[in-house]
Amino acid sequence: MNATVDVELAVIGGGPAGLAAATLAAEGGASVLLLDEQASPGGQIYRNIEAVCDRRPAIAAALGDDYRGGLELVRAFRRSGAGYRPRASVWEIAGDGALAVVGDGGAEVLRARRLLVATGAAERPVPVPGWTLPGVMTVGAAQTLLKASGLAAGEAVIAGCGPLVLLFALQSIAVGAPPRAVLLSEGFGDYLRALPHLPRAVGSLDLLAKGWGWLRQLKSSGVEVVTGVSAVAARGGSAVDGVGFITGGGRRDIDAGLLLLHQGLVPNGHLLRAAGCAQEWDPAQACWRTRRNSWGATSRNDIAVAGDCAGIGGALAAAEAGRLSALDALYRLGHIGRAARNGRALPMAAALRRHLRPRPLLEALYRPPAEVLRPTAPDTVVCRCEGVRLAALTELRGLGVPGPNQAKAFSRCGMGPCQGRLCEATVGRLLSDEPPLAGRTPQTYTIRPPARPVTVGQVAALDGLAEPAGEVSGMLDR
Amino acid sequence: MFKRLPEADEATIEFHFDGQAYRAVAGDSLAAALLANGIGQFGRNAADNSPRGPHCMIGNCFDCLVLLADGRTAQACLTPVAAGMRVRPYDPATAGSPE
Amino acid sequence: MTANGGPVEVAVVGGGLVGAALAYGLARRGRSILLLDEGDVALRASRGNFGLVWVQGKGRGLPAYALWSQRSARLWAELAAQLREDTAIDVGHSQRGGALIAMSEEELAGFGEMLAEISEAVGPENYEHELLDHDGLAKLIPGLGPDVPGGSFTPYDGHVNPLRLLRALHAGFQTAGGDYRPRARLAHIEAVEGGFELRSQAGTFEAGKLVIAAGLATPDLARQVAVEAPIHPVHGQLLITERAAPRLAIPTNIVRQTDEGGFQIGYSNDELGYVTGTRLGVLRDIAHNAVRALPYLAGLRILRTWGALRIMTPDGFPIYARSTEHPGAFVFACHSGVTLAAVHAMICPGWIDGDGIPEEQACFSPERFDVQTTA
Repeated sequence: MNATVDVELAVIGGGPAGLAAATLAAEGGASVLLLDEQASPGGQIYRNIEAVCDRRPAIAAALGDDYRGGLELVRAFRRSGAGYRPRASVWEIAGDGALAVVGDGGAEVLRARRLLVATGAAERPVPVPGWTLPGVMTVGAAQTLLKASGLAAGEAVIAGCGPLVLLFALQSIAVGAPPRAVLLSEGFGDYLRALPHLPRAVGSLDLLAKGWGWLRQLKSSGVEVVTGVSAVAARGGSAVDGVGFITGGGRRDIDAGLLLLHQGLVPNGHLLRAAGCAQEWDPAQACWRTRRNSWGATSRNDIAVAGDCAGIGGALAAAEAGRLSALDALYRLGHIGRAARNGRALPMAAALRRHLRPRPLLEALYRPPAEVLRPTAPDTVVCRCEGVRLAALTELRGLGVPGPNQAKAFSRCGMGPCQGRLCEATVGRLLSDEPPLAGRTPQTYTIRPPARPVTVGQVAALDGLAEPAGEVSGMLDR
Repeated sequence: MFKRLPEADEATIEFHFDGQAYRAVAGDSLAAALLANGIGQFGRNAADNSPRGPHCMIGNCFDCLVLLADGRTAQACLTPVAAGMRVRPYDPATAGSPE
Repeated sequence: MTANGGPVEVAVVGGGLVGAALAYGLARRGRSILLLDEGDVALRASRGNFGLVWVQGKGRGLPAYALWSQRSARLWAELAAQLREDTAIDVGHSQRGGALIAMSEEELAGFGEMLAEISEAVGPENYEHELLDHDGLAKLIPGLGPDVPGGSFTPYDGHVNPLRLLRALHAGFQTAGGDYRPRARLAHIEAVEGGFELRSQAGTFEAGKLVIAAGLATPDLARQVAVEAPIHPVHGQLLITERAAPRLAIPTNIVRQTDEGGFQIGYSNDELGYVTGTRLGVLRDIAHNAVRALPYLAGLRILRTWGALRIMTPDGFPIYARSTEHPGAFVFACHSGVTLAAVHAMICPGWIDGDGIPEEQACFSPERFDVQTTA
């Protein structure tokens, strides 16, 4: 059960980037193992795609062509000969490249000559008052339930901004479960801000047209669509029973048993940060991302990165980035020469550029509002795990706390099981100077393993470790 | 709340939550199985005892925690439901203790 | 020129447990105190420690250290009450005795010898302790692993929540009027007439007296006031589990259940230099040991493992020094910032404020390392 497996390339994550990379690398002659947390390949974007396309045609039709388009990626992966370990979570990448994995069989340590991290995106946390109430979920969570289990979100209020908000509202209508209302935080100002980016995006007008089309379709469906919404707050006792917000017409309140929030995606890069891969602040996407070159190589020479976990670019861009990283892996592993790598990369790099072209426009249009990035209501829960509210962090500012790590020690904010994934960006902003200095990046937590919880007993039973096993991982503080 | 669409309704598995029997579809996560049965609150937060249920469904938020029969905690969104499974709401006061 | 407009009576350098305790105690004496601290990311052993108020086994080879630890342990309840009064923060102090769990017969025998030796040195009336076989220990620690041969117990030991302690010391310091300056790493100390000029990241400050309690940064700073403080980092790795129902009533040498419900499990000792990361093999060894000691821990999920650097002197005992050349300058360094917090907050401020380090504690001078202070 705890045997050490040696492969040339381990790919972490079974979404478009990981699937495309594993497929190309395996077809190129490398021994490849893909590790994924889900039970079937596809990632969150193509979640459960084989079963849905096979057995649930109406749901597949509602999810649309972009979803069904992922099936070929999964099929190619299944044919490729790449090893596949579903329901396996990587909880640490050690300093010497050893992968600590936990799955149905317990914990084990795997070794690979190279690693490709393709852990995708997560939805940006939306800390509004009441967001910890049962029944307040993310739009992505509801869409996952539709894909994975054929559950429709009935009578939901959907609030936020970004393409997924419109897409999921339309998908819900298509499966016969229209939302009660869609509350869009974007307003006229966002369109004005996005205008300068339009020329660069002209080559991908189809994608833009799709977005405009979705909005028009939604507005004509009879579902109430409110734009320019702010100050969204969930109310309820043991579960959400309504949502309040402010619109041009003043303060409003709608009854709702399900509130779905979404303010765009951010890289799901915890594992990379814990592994010590250098990060950089992306002001346009308002998030940290892993520094990498055009092959996806990170600051650690045994780790590459591809797809949304390195910066949000969408599924099509992720697959191309995965292929580029796989080509580089084949080169570095000695399966192909430099010229072959570079030659084969040309069309992929061109496709990647094409897929990324509309991003600046989308980022400008769907920028999360300031109140989401830096909430102001004192009773807003910032750290869900430890129940730390904004008022407690304000108190820490008063004590002169210099940043999130001291705040974590003083208040337990970010110290719970999610390891700060849902509060870090908020805390970083709340503790930075007010108003934030131009160009100043929010401070971050020091991330510690395990990236996913593993039991004491599972770790105690680990073998395949030298004595004392592995080099020190994590950061050198100075 | 959530409702199972007709073509996905292949509920054949029985499992228990908080002493009650429910039906689920093979392949469901525990979170999906509970939500499909109209259960939105999975437990209470370990720090402030506030009611919690699934939020992110991708293993990041830990608000879908439940207790398995042996007292171990499990993230319901990452745990497949199995026939005969016995699950309790997460409660910090009983976490770690068997049924 | 001073960054805050005027000279202070005492500047304390270092916002960890040692510096914050001294600063808190000094501020409570009504002095104008400046506390200079680093920024958010610092080595900060105070954020990584095990939280024990511990006497058992301390002071072998230096009875004065055993007595000093005991003195602090006896003062701890008063410190906890004072902090609650000053700041409304409950530091989770619980001191109902503690156990050393022996994982082998040899270790058990070693505990026996160690405790007997310390007891003899400090006087048995000062050192109540019990050596326990498996059944005896299992009465104190229900659920004890079947192959644990036994352990020992003293009634003096206990634990606190070390993070809330650090916060309470900071809050208490500021409530008492102290001036806290983060992101103010000290670069240069200049002895000037009537005190010291301190050049930091956050500007230049002036102080009549200077207390250096800067953890691993101490040696460089101490040298600037002609004190040699030989300190090196010793890496310790710890882990914490998710919260669970209360089960372990007293702290032990390898695991304690925190007031929040998580089990904190330790710990390793490695000389790795200035590295605060973690090692998988060490994590495995810590977990393995813990499951042998308390099999019920096996099913709990590990939330976090981390490494921290102890501030270690060559013999493991504290360094308390007053500069001969610059009598207004003091140096404090030790790895027991939690246990000694009570004396640091309640006794040592009087030394700084008054006549210096008493003869009784002269044994903690770094001169014991036979390294001459550079005159």
